[in-house]
Amino acid sequence: MSVLRRFYIGIASVLLTVLALPALAQNADAPIQQLLQEHGEIIAKSSRKTIGPAIDALGSSSLPKAPEVLEKWQAKELWVIKETGLFVYTEKVDSKTERMIDIATGEVIGEVAKRDLKQLKPNSGIRGLIGAALVKFQLQDPSVAARNRALDAIERDAEDTHLAALRDVMEAEENPDIAARMARLERLLTIEFGESDEERIDAINHFAGDLGVDVRAALNPLVAVRVEAAEAAPEGDDVVRVLTPGSEALSREAAYDILVAAELAKPRISRDDKREALIANISDGTVAGVQVASLDSEEARDLAYAALARDGVVDAVATEAEVDETLGSFTFFERYTAASPAVALAAAAVLTGIETKVALNQTADLALDAVSLASIYFLAAIGLAITFGVMRVINMAHGEFIMMGAYTGFVVQQFVPDHTLSIILAIPLAFAVTFGAGVLMERLVIRHLYHRPLETLLATFGISIALQQIAKNIFGTQARPLTAPGWLDGSLVFNDIVSISYIRIAIFVLALLFLALFLFVMNRTRLGLEVRAVTQNPRMAASMGINPDKINMLTFGFGSGIAGIAGVAIGLYAKVTSEMGADYIVQAFMTVVVGGVGNIWGTLLGASLVGTLQKGIEWLNPSNTLAAQTYMILFIILFIQFRPRGIIALKGRAAEA
Amino acid sequence: MTDVSATGAIRRKPLVMQYPSLLIFLGCLALFTVGVTVLSEGFGIGMISTSFVKTLGKTLCLCLVALAMDLVWGYCGILSLGHMAFFGIGGYAIGMWLMYARTELIVIESLANQALPPTAQEISDGIATQIFGVVGASEFPPIWAVSHSLTLQLLAVILVPGLLALVFGWLAFRSRVTGVYLSILTQAMTLALSLYLFQNDSGLRGNNGLSGLQNLPGLDDVPQSTVSIWFFWASALALGLGYLASVAIVSGKFGSVIRAIRDDEARVRFLGYPVEAYKLFIFTFTAILAGIAGALYYPQAGIINPAEIAPIASIYLAVWVAIGGRGRLYGAVIGAAFVSLLSTWFTGGQAPDVNLGFYTIEWVNWWTVLLGLSFVAVTLFAPKGIGGLFDLLTSKTTPDRHGADLGPDAGALREKEAET
Repeated sequence: MSVLRRFYIGIASVLLTVLALPALAQNADAPIQQLLQEHGEIIAKSSRKTIGPAIDALGSSSLPKAPEVLEKWQAKELWVIKETGLFVYTEKVDSKTERMIDIATGEVIGEVAKRDLKQLKPNSGIRGLIGAALVKFQLQDPSVAARNRALDAIERDAEDTHLAALRDVMEAEENPDIAARMARLERLLTIEFGESDEERIDAINHFAGDLGVDVRAALNPLVAVRVEAAEAAPEGDDVVRVLTPGSEALSREAAYDILVAAELAKPRISRDDKREALIANISDGTVAGVQVASLDSEEARDLAYAALARDGVVDAVATEAEVDETLGSFTFFERYTAASPAVALAAAAVLTGIETKVALNQTADLALDAVSLASIYFLAAIGLAITFGVMRVINMAHGEFIMMGAYTGFVVQQFVPDHTLSIILAIPLAFAVTFGAGVLMERLVIRHLYHRPLETLLATFGISIALQQIAKNIFGTQARPLTAPGWLDGSLVFNDIVSISYIRIAIFVLALLFLALFLFVMNRTRLGLEVRAVTQNPRMAASMGINPDKINMLTFGFGSGIAGIAGVAIGLYAKVTSEMGADYIVQAFMTVVVGGVGNIWGTLLGASLVGTLQKGIEWLNPSNTLAAQTYMILFIILFIQFRPRGIIALKGRAAEA
Repeated sequence: MTDVSATGAIRRKPLVMQYPSLLIFLGCLALFTVGVTVLSEGFGIGMISTSFVKTLGKTLCLCLVALAMDLVWGYCGILSLGHMAFFGIGGYAIGMWLMYARTELIVIESLANQALPPTAQEISDGIATQIFGVVGASEFPPIWAVSHSLTLQLLAVILVPGLLALVFGWLAFRSRVTGVYLSILTQAMTLALSLYLFQNDSGLRGNNGLSGLQNLPGLDDVPQSTVSIWFFWASALALGLGYLASVAIVSGKFGSVIRAIRDDEARVRFLGYPVEAYKLFIFTFTAILAGIAGALYYPQAGIINPAEIAPIASIYLAVWVAIGGRGRLYGAVIGAAFVSLLSTWFTGGQAPDVNLGFYTIEWVNWWTVLLGLSFVAVTLFAPKGIGGLFDLLTSKTTPDRHGADLGPDAGALREKEAET
């Protein structure tokens, strides 16, 4: 029956079309055209109230052309031929002519006078309904990428109609990833658009303890408050807390402005406005009988203004005393405004829980940061732990050895473009360069100044400023990049809050390796044994056949070489400049001194203490790393008061060496 | 050195008799002052430009702080790397008044033409906006509470470095931090101070520092050529008095005790002297001296910022004293004057470039290298510094006992450095 009917309609349409526009052919039989024809009347009527069935029919039909029709309709590109009632897309040819395009085939049918067509102009309400229907199509798109795009679009700009669309399709979703995304999004949308409070509270509680930024973004607007004033604080769930004017949360001025805005109090006047009003009323050198010259204090100006107000020239304003009195007679409180009290309270409770968890995770993140900073200080200090800690030679040029190592890495990268290979080459090369520089310095300068620590300090300082300036002359003042290999890019992400970059992990591992190397060399090798012997008693060591000169030279070279490798590592993490060594030298000495001179574990503890401390202070005052360094140094100065020999103090004869 | 008078009391010879170099020094300083005045633009024939008079005046201030450094390091063996911080604090203290008073005059002048006479609050707000607009603030930080008063700020020039040195020194000396540890600790203190001042919310205009200090409030009619000579005189007077005070300290018993502390602290302590008190006095006194020097220096320089306080400045101070010859007061003065003037000459671009054929040495870039290396050379080969030349003149010789140290302490002089 229906087939027959459809056939007849088809025939009739074709006949009509042919009759009306003999030059044009249109496929009136196409299923999509048929579907539109079924609802032709209500579509043409275009009313928000009655359009529902038409959009539902298009939305629930499985016709491949349906989404396109909806899109064109939404974009006001769907027209209807007045004579036949058939639907077409059009393109503008000129102001009077339109080109018709068949909705089923997309082929051009022909051109027609504009007056023969009628444009469908859906209002914003209908466009919203169309949009929701379209979203449903996109969410059912066979391509995974398209479904993800649709979800992205909803996340960006959610509307209440999306919720229903999402609920309709989520059951049938087969891809587990997308199903999970849909489920989460459905809950988030329920928080925002859910119909009943119970439903919304349910959704809110679903997210208890969730660290996602999107959850906090959905919950935060719900707990928005407004400050209101009343004679007495009202009872009720929606009152968050009572505020005192003049406190941090509510300044006196803000509190009074609320009263003025609610017309509960006389306006007050700012100093500038009062001044302007007085100036406007100067006549013959007086204002309301007061000499202008005497108006050089706020009290005098208040009196003059009050006199003006009595004369009715200006509006009376509240004096400070009146402001205080008025403020005292009102109670100020915050009220939830964005949601019903039950929802707002539920959101507040969940947010509190989330914030606690966020704080815990931030602490973990901070700890990771502290560890990585500590490993950088440890790297910078470990060379010093040898030259200063073991040999008691104070080397102010240690920072410049770090710089030399970093510049060696930079130069190697100029010749070896492959970053992985260049770093592997740079590490031994940096060791060699700074080892050489260290040995040279020991031979030429430091050897003559053993037992003269202050002179060593000054002489090595002279070398330090010379090396810094030479580096500046060779490499210029701008920062040079030392690029890390690609596999060190990015970071290890635990969740939205806790993450650590791979470079920092690499530096941490390098610090551990150095610690192991140091322990191995000092405790397990012949060199280490001889170094310890020479440090403790050079004469006795010499009489045992050890050459103290040679040992001192090698030890100093070893310490300097490690500084060079540390330079490569620090250069990867920070930029290479001629002043980079100077930035670390004081902290490095602090690390060694705080930890306890002559003990590598002390240096490790010192680095941890200094790193943790600096990160901790930075966390208390995040905007200001300079302040963090200042307070850290002050703390260390105080710390040394109580443990002058550091955390791990050597005892007995070794301490005297 | 001493003789017993008829009454039995020990009477010392007059200071001048003990230290003939005092008269020579003061004479040279007076001659130099008169000479510069006569040659200046403000009071004389105009052979020396005003800017060079300022350079000379600043050099005298640097000599004064070098004198302080020599007292604390050369005589007491404390290698302080914080005295340029005290110098800077002195500069900041006087700079605050200079900047406040001058801005106040400008603000009052600009508000005078308004319809209503300004209130005290309006003036204060105007000054605050002028001074702190550059760091985005418009209120006076508490640290500026007394900046309106010249007397109080002058007091601050003395008290702030003095108290800081007293507290820091007390903490350090009582826990027996000595030698290199003390040096590193003072360096850390200096670094902390300069980092603190670099912050915008330190209340001292962050890295902009204080500027316009060369203009004395209310003396806009006096030309800079005259003002520069005033400051030159003041600097010369301060240096003369500082030298006199230093000689008074290092002569006599007090001087012997601090020299003994330098060479062998433990022995002096066992002899019953309160070593900490002596060290604390010297540390504080020299900090005050440095503060006064800074208060005279920065009005001549015109600008002060936290970079001037960075630890490197204090290390340069030690360099000057070492090159001049530590442990002799005139050595410090000569070192500071010689190195800072030479440094001005080299970095000012006046020194001729040296063309080596393959490379041209531009002294602006290579002066620091030369300074650093000559510093190493002085430490290694000429521990007496330039002051040692005077020993050649007076044909003083040091006893040759294989160059052993005078004492076991880190700050002890080596025998070849000692004067007698």
